[in-house]
Amino acid sequence: MSAPNSAYPDIPEAQPEKPKRHEWPLWEIFIRGQHGMSHRHVGSLHAPDAEMAIKNARDVYTRRNEGVSIWAVEARHIAASSPGDKGPFYEPSESKVYRHPTFFDIPDEVGAM
Amino acid sequence: MSDKATFEFLCRMGDNTLVLGHRVSEWCGVAPVLEEDIALANTALDLIGQTQMWLGLAGEIEGRGRTADDLAMTRDAWDFRNVLLAEQPNGDFGQTMMRQFLFDAWHLAMLQALTRSCDTRVAEIAAKAVKEVRYHVERSGDTVIGLGDGTEESHRRMQAALDLLWPYVGEMFIPDAVDDAMAEAGIAPDLTELRAGFDSHVGSVMEAATLTIPDTDFAHKGGKSGFRHSEHLGHMLTQMQWLQRAYPGASW
Repeated sequence: MSAPNSAYPDIPEAQPEKPKRHEWPLWEIFIRGQHGMSHRHVGSLHAPDAEMAIKNARDVYTRRNEGVSIWAVEARHIAASSPGDKGPFYEPSESKVYRHPTFFDIPDEVGAM
Repeated sequence: MSDKATFEFLCRMGDNTLVLGHRVSEWCGVAPVLEEDIALANTALDLIGQTQMWLGLAGEIEGRGRTADDLAMTRDAWDFRNVLLAEQPNGDFGQTMMRQFLFDAWHLAMLQALTRSCDTRVAEIAAKAVKEVRYHVERSGDTVIGLGDGTEESHRRMQAALDLLWPYVGEMFIPDAVDDAMAEAGIAPDLTELRAGFDSHVGSVMEAATLTIPDTDFAHKGGKSGFRHSEHLGHMLTQMQWLQRAYPGASW
């Protein structure tokens, strides 16, 4: 019973015939660190709304001075590839090392890339 | 202005955060959801951290060699100077959050004023604490609104909590001789001047929470003067202090 585009395809969705529990939705939390350029996924939590998701993320994930910015997105809004598609999706690129741009000499003037 | 009055004042600040911090820590591991559990523990730790600073300075000014730990762990109930609100039991989660919000709203106003204290040590502690408390009040206020304007059940519980705790608000704003001495010396604000800001802040949150503030200005007193704490404080101290009492000086 896994939804193909859920962020957690391995976890079965709640059976519709069962009585619905009044649970807060799940949020995925992304944090940009002190020196990082991009937000990184750090984990998930439950919260009743976006504002509380940010506050909960502050308490759960930034206690040790980890971050300077928080993104929260409701897990159901994340579209994810299905584990079943692993073969056709990723294997064709396995033997194509020439796709890495590592065969070029980069001039010093360019600096760090 | 005597050092004795300053010592009393610092014990009030430090005992408020110590007693409330311990109360909040009682939720550790048993809060309704994981996220609230962690958030409450964070708040408790912030408050205990502030206690270190207030009682540390109190011990220094007293000049009898007592540390913050000595003051926290080896005084008995009658020597505590926290307001009665801080020592009230947790009750249900709603009651805890209502107590937290009422205290936080006062605490924020107090600390903001203390950042302008003429005593730089007091001003520095306040400047550090006010950042934490600004978050505490935002979180507790949002929770009061969420639960007050929530289900019939949560609304009923929040109104009951407000009715129960409102009579403990007055003590935070009614000055006594210590408060007057502090205000005169420019160390702390005139407490009565904080009331209008508190009322408008709390009023707007309660309105959004669809809760009715009781129409009474009756105020339980005796906490910050140490004259008469509620019975709850002694029970709390037996929990909080038992290790230092049983194994004096124990450390890790």
